[in-house]
Amino acid sequence: MTLNRRQILLLLPAAAVAWEFVLAGTPEESPNYKSSEHWWGMLLDITKCIGCGSCVRACTMENDVPAGYFRTWVERYHVSDWHIENPIVDSPNGGADGFLQSNLTGGKNFFVPKLCNHCSDSPCTQVCPVGATFHTDDGVVLIDYNYCLGCRYCIQACPYGCRFFHPERHTAEKCTLCYHRITKGLTTACCESCPTGARQLADLKNPKDPIHEFLKTHTVQVLKPHLATGAKMFYNGLDGSVR
Amino acid sequence: MDKFRDSAHLIRLAAVFMLGAMVFVALRTVVIPKSFGRYGFYRGDALQEITSRPVAYAGHDTCEGCHPDVLAVKSKGVHAHVNCESCHGPQARHADDPGSVKPSRPDVAKLCVRCHSENIAKPSGFPQVDPKEHAQSQACNACHQPHSPGFDGEGQK
Repeated sequence: MTLNRRQILLLLPAAAVAWEFVLAGTPEESPNYKSSEHWWGMLLDITKCIGCGSCVRACTMENDVPAGYFRTWVERYHVSDWHIENPIVDSPNGGADGFLQSNLTGGKNFFVPKLCNHCSDSPCTQVCPVGATFHTDDGVVLIDYNYCLGCRYCIQACPYGCRFFHPERHTAEKCTLCYHRITKGLTTACCESCPTGARQLADLKNPKDPIHEFLKTHTVQVLKPHLATGAKMFYNGLDGSVR
Repeated sequence: MDKFRDSAHLIRLAAVFMLGAMVFVALRTVVIPKSFGRYGFYRGDALQEITSRPVAYAGHDTCEGCHPDVLAVKSKGVHAHVNCESCHGPQARHADDPGSVKPSRPDVAKLCVRCHSENIAKPSGFPQVDPKEHAQSQACNACHQPHSPGFDGEGQK
């Protein structure tokens, strides 16, 4: 069989496409953890949070969070009796060392633990110019640290202020929902260390998860629902003054 | 004289396009990581990199496997719902090698106060004290047993 020049030219692109599949190799074997069987969120019960900062310290130790930066933190709110729209909020060292007694009296006072909301329609992934941040099938927002350019666009885009710039790695950084733990069947470090059960990891695709009963029987809200980010951090007892 | 054909320039144009397409496909093959698109529109190996991180907190199930005596005391008291590593810190290394990695004893002066010192923002039902007034320079565990800090009817710890 002989090929003329035109036939060879026509065959070359097809060969190139075929070669791409050869290079891609065979897909790896899937591990025991099936991400399509989970949909992760968290329940944060403000009526139980005592502001001890155990979650903040645990997160720092579990994930080597650099000093002065926080993947999770605790805020103390003071809502005065006369001006509920302007609460006084403090979070010394992210609440990691606990809180000293407040010198403010009266009003409404409570703690709000915060972390990445792992939004199902997250603004941070939408703005990334290189596609370095992504949604996994189980509803966790992660960063590919090799792809991240460090442009900080996502840090600006997060309406919850949950991202920061890693001072050594020079990439964006955020809560991974302890992805290295939850894929092994463990709970997150913050939930593991919470002494009052104010934080509970929830698998919304697991029908046996107590989250379903809780959501049915309590008045639960997410932060900034008007932004329609699809946040999956569910707050029980959330005050309207919390931003 | 040959008959005029107007297809020669089209063939040259097609060849240029074909070359361009081949360069594009070849570059794409080289530049895109092999694992891209394995799970979604991202580099699949990034997931492996994140999940390969070692665990620091072993989890209370691991602790309770070796320390059933502590669990028995704790599960009867008011600290039943407090996980071990909430006070004792991350102990995965101890769980991996109990012989050589020994956890240090928590400092009650700092530990108890962090949860139980008075604070206006704490839920009102949560037991809280003014440490100076309540303990009067005594250590918390002089009276309270940390694993079950409540007192029974006879005032025993």
